[in-house]
This record gives sequence, structure tokens and C-alpha cells, in this order.
Amino acid sequence: MNQFITAVLTSLSSGAIYALMSISLVLVWRSTRVVNFAQAGQAVLTTFIGYEVTVRSGSYWIGLIAAVISGALVGAIIDRFFMRPIFKRVKSGPIVMIAPVVATLGLLGLIQAIIGFIWGFTYVSIEAPVSTDGYNLFGTVVAFSPFNLMVLVAATIAMLLLTLLFQKTNIGLALRASAFSPEIARLSGIKVDAVRTLGWAIAGAAGGLAGMLYVPGSYLHPNAMDVLLVFGFIAAVIGGLDSLFGAVAGAMILGFAINFATSYISYKLVFITAFALLITVLLVKPNGIFSSSKGRKD
Amino acid sequence: MSLIVDNLTIDHGAIRAINNVSFIVPKSKLTAIIGANGAGKTTLLRTLSGLKEPNSGSATWNGESVLNRKPEDLARSGIMHVSDGKSVISELTVKDNLALSGLWRKDKKDVAKATEEVIEISPILGQRLGQISGSLSGGERQMLAIGRALIARPKLLLLDEPSLGLAPLIIEQIFQTIKTFVTKMDLTVVLVEQNAVGALKIADQGVVLNLGSVVAVDSAANLLNDPVVRSAYLGF
Repeated sequence: MNQFITAVLTSLSSGAIYALMSISLVLVWRSTRVVNFAQAGQAVLTTFIGYEVTVRSGSYWIGLIAAVISGALVGAIIDRFFMRPIFKRVKSGPIVMIAPVVATLGLLGLIQAIIGFIWGFTYVSIEAPVSTDGYNLFGTVVAFSPFNLMVLVAATIAMLLLTLLFQKTNIGLALRASAFSPEIARLSGIKVDAVRTLGWAIAGAAGGLAGMLYVPGSYLHPNAMDVLLVFGFIAAVIGGLDSLFGAVAGAMILGFAINFATSYISYKLVFITAFALLITVLLVKPNGIFSSSKGRKD
Repeated sequence: MSLIVDNLTIDHGAIRAINNVSFIVPKSKLTAIIGANGAGKTTLLRTLSGLKEPNSGSATWNGESVLNRKPEDLARSGIMHVSDGKSVISELTVKDNLALSGLWRKDKKDVAKATEEVIEISPILGQRLGQISGSLSGGERQMLAIGRALIARPKLLLLDEPSLGLAPLIIEQIFQTIKTFVTKMDLTVVLVEQNAVGALKIADQGVVLNLGSVVAVDSAANLLNDPVVRSAYLGF
């Protein structure tokens, strides 16, 4: 029973981190139709900024805020000064589809190299603001700690705020309209370019938050978010790439699959489970389980 | 206040879609641009709303050039383009679609008033506010697209093929509603149509395009009664 409860709880807290990463990928995909591989680099960079601020201020919370804000700034800067010019310059030919994606790959390598240049290619750690020792459940210590609980709560709050932003505000309506149909949005007077940059900023902020929630249970180094990027991407594909709800649901499915496989069968099953799940979904329901995209009825 | 198109030439890919076209759209009038498929009507409209770049020539509204500007800036300055087909965002509700062109407007009271006016003329939209726009019929979607443009209180309305894919009865309704809007809201309208007769019946003026060139500009009534224009370009 303890093993089951623990597996459920750890599934939820790791699923929550995957969900944030998945959301940041989906936000960029929806607004620009680009799979943003640079997100792993952006998240590491902003988590390193969060790390520096945490060390200097002595407060994880100030570091967390710094990571989220710098995540938004880095995302906005990348879109405004890197992606937007690429979209403007690359207009026709087979390169149109591939250039932006290759650009994000190039950016990923560049950001990771810059991080290595500044902070070195070593492992650092960020101390968690609350205990990482497992709770004592019915006399046994389980693999779910107050920090895991904090991760779950923080990610849930972030997702609720995003839902409110998207569903209840004018900015959210502009974001959705620009994602569904940039041309109609423009013709309605919406500054789609600026809205896209905002989408990249929100995605970057989510990535920064994911990094600051991920690292205290692990380590920080230039490639620290590579696995998280892959898991976030798998979750996004399970969810259909287009839907924020799908991203969260896909992340939870992935979290549960990984944690139950490792908890009940073998700790070595992390990647086999994740990729087997990805391939199964692609074979059985390639548009994702929760795809929100419907064909236009004309 | 008129739209003056002068010597406009536009390529669409490798094809010269619009060749040295000139005409004037008078203020508060409905001008129909008619012609067969491939006459260059849509290309012309997309250029006037900033979606496409012209090769040469000029087009001014109130003396200011409308060429090579961003569609969103033109929209905010009062030039609204309802693009071809039923240009609504299917994934959004009717209410959200209508709200789009009011989002950036400062005068929120007037946005609410404009929304009421649109619903008054087209009550079906009022009954469907909470529905996903993809669930609307073709005619309803066209009404929504036009209604959305009107929330911005445009001065110049560019309509691309509002009758496309609609049943004859619905087409008549749409044309009548357009006429009502034009009169009530003091609009200047450019209506691009393949349905020449229907368009000319509600228009004040007609411009006949053939293979990218203007072949006739006259009052709508004259065009409807001109046997040469009728047989050569209108096909009836």
C-alpha cells in the first residue's frame, strides 16, 4: 500500500515538472509552429541565473522569482531578435519548414556552450527551501518529501494561473487567436508579432520555473535539462502538441508510467518506458490523445 | 474620403495577377469588383489590406497610401478586410470571435454598443454567442466574419466573396444584410464577387476585371443592363 501511495505521489510531482516543460514547448509550437529545442538551453540558463541569485541572496524564493523573470526575458529576446528575423528572411523553398527548427538546435548548442564558458562544465546544486527527506508514512519513510509536495503545489498554481490568463483575459484571447489563425488575428487588428513574443516569454518563464523545481532534486550543469526537454516533448506529443490541457495530461500519463514502471519493476526502466510510450502513441494515435485541432468544416 | 487605386500592378507567384489597374471607390458607396475566377480580385483585395506586396502603382485612402503596411495597422486605422471563405476562427466561440476586433480599441463602451448593433441586425449571432464558431452554418459564419469586422467601426470594408459556397437563399440574405450595414453604419465598401448579378444588385458602382485588367467601370445599374458587358464578362 505504501509503495502504491508513494508511486502515485511521485508520479504527480514529477509529472508536474514535465508538464511545465511540456507547456513551454506547446506554447511556442502553437504560436510559431516551431519545436523549440533551445528550450532546454533557455531553462538551464535561467536556472543558472536563479542559482546565482539564490547563492548571493541566500533565498531560494528570490532565486525562483529571478529564474522566472529571466526566463521570460530570454524567451522574448530569442523570439524578437532571433526567430522573427529568421521568419522574415526565410520565405520560400523547402528550407521554410526546417530553418526555424535547425535554428533552435543551433541556439541550444550555443546557449549550452555559453553556460559552460561562464559557469564551467561542472555540476552544482541548489539547496531545496524545504526538506527533501521523505515523509514518514505508517512507520516507514517513503520517497515523497515536503519538497516534492512543494513542487506539486507550485506547478499546479502556475498551471491554474496560465489557464486563467488564457481563458479569462483579453491577452489570453489574443494569444489563442494568434495561435489558431495569425491572418484573421492580424486582419482584426491584433499585433500578432508582439503577441508571439509574449507567448515565447510565457514559455520561457514556465521553463525557468520547471528548472528551479527540477534542480534541487538533481544537479545543475549545462546539459541538465536535456532529459527534461525530451520528457516534455514526449508529453506534448501524447497530448497532441496543440493543447495546453493535453500537455498537462500527457505529462501526467508519462509521470505515472515512468514512476510505476520504476517502482514496481526496475529502476532501469525510465527511458524504455518513456520512449515505448511515445512510439505507441505515435503508432496508435499520431495526433495525440487530447489533440484540440479539429478540421475546418467548410 | 475615397479609395483611389492608380496603375496598380501585382504579381501572384509567377503570374501577373493585376495589371495596371486604376479605379476610384467613392465614399459611403458600395463598389462591386466582379469577374471570373482568376481575374485577380482576391489578389487585389489582399494587397489593399496589407497581406500582399504590390509590384508598382499606388492605392490611397484619404490621401494616405495603404500599400506595404501591416494588416493590423490598416485594421486599426479603419480598413477592415473580411478574407475569402468564412473567415472566422473555428476554435473560438462566437463571442470571442466578435471580441477580437474590439480588443485593442480604447473606447470599450463603443465596442459594447457596436456589438449590440451587429447582434441587432444579425440576431442569430446573439443566440449563438457561447457556441464554438466551427459549429455554425456557412451563412452564420459569414455573418460572424462581417460582424467581427464591424466591431472595429471601420470606415472602409473590404469583403472577399461573401457568397462563396452558400445556398442561393442564404446568399440573398447575406447581400441584404451587407446592404443594411452599409446604410446604417455609413460604410465605404469594396465587395469582391464572382456572383456578379447579386453583387451588382446591391452595389452603387461596379468594376469589371478580366485577367488582371479593368474592362469596365460604371454604375451598377448600367453594367447590369449593358448587353456587351453582360455577355462577355458576366455570363448571363
